[in-house]
Amino acid sequence: MMTYSAFHILWQGLTGNKGWTPVWREPEPKPAYDIVIVGGGGHGLATAYYLATEFGLTNVAVLEKGWLGSGNVGRNTTIIRSNYLLPGNQPFYELSMTLWEGLEQSFNYNAMVSQRGILNLYHSDAQRDAFARRGNAMRMTGAGGELLDQAALRRMAPYLDFDNARFPIKGALYQPRGGTVRHDAVAWGYARGADRRGVDLLQNCEVTGFDIAGGICTGVQTTRGPIKAKKIAVCAAGSSGRVMSLAGLRLPIESHVLQAFVSEGLKPVIPGVITFGAGHFYISQSDKGGLVFGGDIDGYNSYAQRGGLPVVEDVCEGGMAILPMLGRARLLRMWGGVMDMSMDGSPFIDKTDVDGLYFNGGWCYGGFKATPASGYCTAHLLARDEPHPVAAAYRLDRFRRGAPIDEKGAGAQANLH
Amino acid sequence: MIIDHPLLGPRDAAEFVVKGDAALIDRPDGLADGAGAAFHDYLHLRDNPAGVHRELWYHEHGDRSWLVVTRNTVTHEILSVELARDVARAQGRSR
Repeated sequence: MMTYSAFHILWQGLTGNKGWTPVWREPEPKPAYDIVIVGGGGHGLATAYYLATEFGLTNVAVLEKGWLGSGNVGRNTTIIRSNYLLPGNQPFYELSMTLWEGLEQSFNYNAMVSQRGILNLYHSDAQRDAFARRGNAMRMTGAGGELLDQAALRRMAPYLDFDNARFPIKGALYQPRGGTVRHDAVAWGYARGADRRGVDLLQNCEVTGFDIAGGICTGVQTTRGPIKAKKIAVCAAGSSGRVMSLAGLRLPIESHVLQAFVSEGLKPVIPGVITFGAGHFYISQSDKGGLVFGGDIDGYNSYAQRGGLPVVEDVCEGGMAILPMLGRARLLRMWGGVMDMSMDGSPFIDKTDVDGLYFNGGWCYGGFKATPASGYCTAHLLARDEPHPVAAAYRLDRFRRGAPIDEKGAGAQANLH
Repeated sequence: MIIDHPLLGPRDAAEFVVKGDAALIDRPDGLADGAGAAFHDYLHLRDNPAGVHRELWYHEHGDRSWLVVTRNTVTHEILSVELARDVARAQGRSR
């Protein structure tokens, strides 16, 4: 397999670009694998990649019902950050950030990881105090973080509506290591990295049933025939409810639609990521110049991958509240993705009650930034049968134990957001 | 989406707040044996189907009635709308 480098690009350019080879194989399914991963999105492909690279397990298949990366890994607003508060969350997201920082060298693919900084705006004294506390929690895990007052923020982002009558902007919590990543390239890089180490990536291979007898899962039925496996991990966030119902499991998850938007291409105006602290709105500018932004879920259960106009209005109102210049830009595209909304707003990486069946899901709308750590920790769980220390809180039984991870006091219920 | 309110006629979905699965009407008996486990399931677990789903909608910007809307979660098509009061009474929830 070809290793990409600047030299290679130059050489191919000089020789007519005739030497490029397919990025991954198109194998036929084998009858049995050690590990089968259901879902060829970011988390499933990252799991396969880290199983192969960190844990030496390559007799692995990734089953994808459509094409690789056709779900939420290509539908998000591409933001990465590790600015969480709670001990169950923050070390996990910080692991993810450190993995992002070495990702491109690790899988030899240009994912355009760009640590351009993230600003979380605050609008009141109480919110400033809460952000000071959050910033301290971030610093304790090495994530960095800086509390900016209004003067410092004005120097960084002079175009914000600081004197807004309803939500004046008093400052921001700044994480310089936050940023954006080319999301499709994350899926492609992990896929290529896993494939070249021997993992079979099986596209157009939808799981139609699980072989469960006596509380043990021994394989899956698919549209490309039955496949046996010692361990099966479902990484199908968005469709978790649909897939796990085939195994007879009910989850603490509802599926909701989240919309995202991009404006026409503009000259560089917003250098990093900015989030509204009084509504739900986040924005960054892509390298192509489009302003990429989003807000709340629509609020009703949906598997439709498209939303409604009331939320379009709500998101744009949020944008206008902090960035009046946004009103001069025209909306180019909008789309929807299906989110696993868990009951406490935090994810799951755990064994299920069925032996041999593992579950990764419930990412709400924070799954993209978590992709590397999610893959790493799911691979750890599959290889060693014990949770990685930073993902140890993401258990399916945490509601039964009275130990939810209540980062924001919001879960599936839209009126809490 | 347009919700055909049984009392008020067609109303924009933006007037409503969604509460989720209409199974929440079936609140467990807190004094029964195993109430803890029943409440865990009631509060946290969902069927979350891809397809026909019965759910509670509250007409906050209207007459403040609770409705049971039967809706397809894949197409967003609304199949029927009932007053939650009628649904609950039909299940013997109150007199």
